[in-house]
Amino acid sequence: MTSIILENLAHAYRPNPSSPADYALKQATQIWESGGAYALLGPSGCGKTTLLNIISGLVIPSQGRVLFDGKDVTHLPTEQRNIAQVFQFPVIYDTMTVRENLAFPLRNRRVPEPQITARVAEIAALLDLTADLDYKAKGLTADSKQKISLGRGLVRPDVAAILFDEPLTVIDPHLKWELRSKLKEIHRKLDVTMIYVTHDQTEALTFADKVVVMSDGEVVQTGTPEELFERPAHTFVGHFIGSPGMNILPCTVSGTNAIVDGHTIALDAAYTPPAGARIELGIRPDFVHLAPHGTGLPVTIERIDDLGRHRIARVLLDGRKMAVTVPDSLSISGDQASITMLAHRIGIFADGHRLNPAAKEA
Amino acid sequence: MTLVLDAISRSVAGEVHSSNISLTLERGTLNVLLGPTLSGKTSLMRLMAGLDKPDSGHLSVDGRDVTGVSVGRRNVAMVYQQFINYPTLSVFENIASPLRVARLDRSEIDSRVRDAARLLRLEPMLDRTPAQLSGGQQQRTTIARALVKRADPVLMDEPLANLDYKLREELREELPKIFASSGAIFVYATTEPSEALLLGGNTATLSEGRVTQFGPTPHLYRDPFDLATAEVFSDPPLNTLTAEKRGSAFAIQGAPDLAAAGSLARLGDGRYTLGFRAHHLELTKPVAPALEIAGTVSVSEITGSESFIHLAMHGHNFVALTQGIHRLEIGEALTGYVDPAHLFAFDPSGRCVMAPASVQGGAVA
Amino acid sequence: MEKPFNNRAWFMVLPVFIIVAFSAILPLMTVVNYSVQDTFGNNQFFWNGIGWFKELLDLSSELGGRFIDAMFRNFLFSFLILLIEIPLGIAVALAMPRQGWAVSVSLVLLALPLLIPWNVVGTIWQVFGRTDIGLLGWGLTSLGIDYNYVSGVLAAWITIIIMDVWHWTSLVVLLCYAGLRSIPDAFYQAARIDGASRWAIFCAIQLPKMSRVLVIAVLLRFMDSFMIYTEPFVVTGGGPGNATTFISIDLVKIALGQFDLGKAAALSLVYNLIILTVCWVFYTVMTHYESKDGRARP
Repeated sequence: MTSIILENLAHAYRPNPSSPADYALKQATQIWESGGAYALLGPSGCGKTTLLNIISGLVIPSQGRVLFDGKDVTHLPTEQRNIAQVFQFPVIYDTMTVRENLAFPLRNRRVPEPQITARVAEIAALLDLTADLDYKAKGLTADSKQKISLGRGLVRPDVAAILFDEPLTVIDPHLKWELRSKLKEIHRKLDVTMIYVTHDQTEALTFADKVVVMSDGEVVQTGTPEELFERPAHTFVGHFIGSPGMNILPCTVSGTNAIVDGHTIALDAAYTPPAGARIELGIRPDFVHLAPHGTGLPVTIERIDDLGRHRIARVLLDGRKMAVTVPDSLSISGDQASITMLAHRIGIFADGHRLNPAAKEA
Repeated sequence: MTLVLDAISRSVAGEVHSSNISLTLERGTLNVLLGPTLSGKTSLMRLMAGLDKPDSGHLSVDGRDVTGVSVGRRNVAMVYQQFINYPTLSVFENIASPLRVARLDRSEIDSRVRDAARLLRLEPMLDRTPAQLSGGQQQRTTIARALVKRADPVLMDEPLANLDYKLREELREELPKIFASSGAIFVYATTEPSEALLLGGNTATLSEGRVTQFGPTPHLYRDPFDLATAEVFSDPPLNTLTAEKRGSAFAIQGAPDLAAAGSLARLGDGRYTLGFRAHHLELTKPVAPALEIAGTVSVSEITGSESFIHLAMHGHNFVALTQGIHRLEIGEALTGYVDPAHLFAFDPSGRCVMAPASVQGGAVA
Repeated sequence: MEKPFNNRAWFMVLPVFIIVAFSAILPLMTVVNYSVQDTFGNNQFFWNGIGWFKELLDLSSELGGRFIDAMFRNFLFSFLILLIEIPLGIAVALAMPRQGWAVSVSLVLLALPLLIPWNVVGTIWQVFGRTDIGLLGWGLTSLGIDYNYVSGVLAAWITIIIMDVWHWTSLVVLLCYAGLRSIPDAFYQAARIDGASRWAIFCAIQLPKMSRVLVIAVLLRFMDSFMIYTEPFVVTGGGPGNATTFISIDLVKIALGQFDLGKAAALSLVYNLIILTVCWVFYTVMTHYESKDGRARP
């Protein structure tokens, strides 16, 4: 259990970075609480793996400090940081049995043998690996191998944080469920700080208490899954979280109304956007009501995707693409329909960043 | 063109890879092979392509037997999970490569490559090399190469598996349009039920080398032939429990009896496996009589707009997918309810004897 | 199947069959033919049945005695070569740089000995070890060490072994290096996190991941060292006495020196069989071990 503070951290892979574009990770300070479950979420190349490697000690940041429980570990090598890591592809020691694999980190640290036996048995029980203990690790399935990788971290009583680097990549969808809830369960039981890197929103949102959304070397928002879903701080978060993502429409704002292509949309508060900024309106597909042609904004239905438990309509509002959740009870004939947007679910963004209503600022 | 597989089987070193598979794939259709890893999707594709020879059975194209004809003599294209491009060639040359092999003339190559590039939105990148492309663009290049060849069938083995989530979402949306405009037979293997639903078309569910059912994708989802199909076609996994019907009620171990109302009443006495999907396990008690699952919370996961709640009851695990945020403590007692109208019933042989009536009328043909 | 796969592809293999027939099978048949006959020269041969083989395997006969002595020397030599070159090769491969310009430099340096023909290697070391003009021989002698590969049995053996190690360790290094390079970085990272020592990393990751290439390295070095001919022929000529007379050297002595074609043919066939058998046994044991190791749990 360790709190992790990243202080004014930035990293560039090239030696003399001049422009912001040279930074794989732009300067920022992050404070992660002890015992939390954090997810670093973003598309490939957003810098999330760089950040993870800085925490694990594989990369020394070009500037800033890494503090574990207040102690500066920026220049400490990996093995002295008391962290464990689970990689994208299972790392197991081929020639060893599951038991030997789990005991390996303890043997290396010269823990007395009876203690090893007890600890290995305990961790194996936690991970449902007891029945496999005496088999060669090499012959097991991918999900068991990932559990062994995790077990080698958990077996150390002093482990401060466990880092996961897209650990479910090679796991079947059915088993992903099991493994993910196992991780969650272990997090609750052991109260260890966990940091999980992924590009998959479902994995990030279901795993983490706090999700750190990254784009282009920058942390765009840190928040709980609800916050990210309901109040994305940036259009990128709106787009990246949710499937399909938030509908983003260019607009102008006057008082409590937004105007999209000549259509007036009521807002729940007044906004005073900065002059000259690019203003956009964002609303999630779930908060747009689709109805037969009539009151509301007229749209043309392009296609309706049946996803089994719900349907998503792809509609065009004056040529602008939107996604709208279709209520179960609704049946629509023809390609003309109407939409209404829930005013309190609309976000207004200036140059990508969410605006606060003017009333609060004044 | 019609591709017909007639009772095809193949085993390798005593292990059954494909078992008695019969399928008819029509021209211009998208056919999804859905199943977990090692269920035989890749083996089946290799048989369709002619990369492997079946131990028994026939493969025919438009009535012509092509069982023994090797892949080189058939016009087949394959797209793999890995992005396979020629690293030193430009995107244009990568797409053009099968046409250069076929010695088409210059103007024909040019127009075909540009058509495919337009379809896959690769036009601005034609002069780049694969290393300068993102993963999604690289995979689009391999798909363009398959299309430009006018191959039939085009076989795609989890083509989006190595892509980022959002890119996958984008391409999934594009692919059905691309498939529709090309007119070839597409075969698309995936492990994800949601991907199959998004792509639409027909789906063949695979389990242990066997095709458990083949038909229109939403039909399979709503009206599975057997338990294996329903299990393959559920993400989160299908919740199941065993129940014994005696007279007008189902006896369920660890749960109150369930009155056999509606279509459940038509089932004869005996043992059944009842199944229901995660989003049908609700946390509020409905007015009508419902199947009650009283258990303890083992894990709850929140996605922002929905919650996944894992319930343990009598050693069985159930998953509920509910709208909204539900913060629950592990170990907390919780009762879930399932409207009997949402239940699947399977007989002891696994045959689906009752499926929920479709609530979304018109979605199923 | 009624319609088999297109079998015409087999015709493509035909030229290879023809070449192999001329290069391997026909000469081999000639040897088999010689091995059951005797000759007194003048191209006159007469039938001897399995006489040569009997004599060869009869340890009390002159031929049998020579053969068994030479074979013992061969096995000893190959054993020593493997004992030195395999660990040395692994050690050098482990010490090699992983990236940067140093990789190409060390690869070129390592490849150099491999590019030198056998007889040249022999000549180099023959001169190098001479006590009058050779740097090594002269240096050792002036240090007061009794070194003379022409007269000393031990010196002759050491010279030949060092020569072979110098010539062929690079091959083992290159194979091991390729094996090491194929290990993903994640394994090293995981091992560091697990607190593994350098030795533990070697045992738990590097050696298991190198095992496949090591099988190939051991096979190649065994076959090659068991067939050694040129180097001792050039350096010691099989001496002093018969101390470095290996089977191949003896073979040439019998065949060309004494023109006992029948004996030589029988000897070379048995020699061939020994190599094949040893390689087969070795290969089977290693691959069997591998497959047993990888079997999934029931």
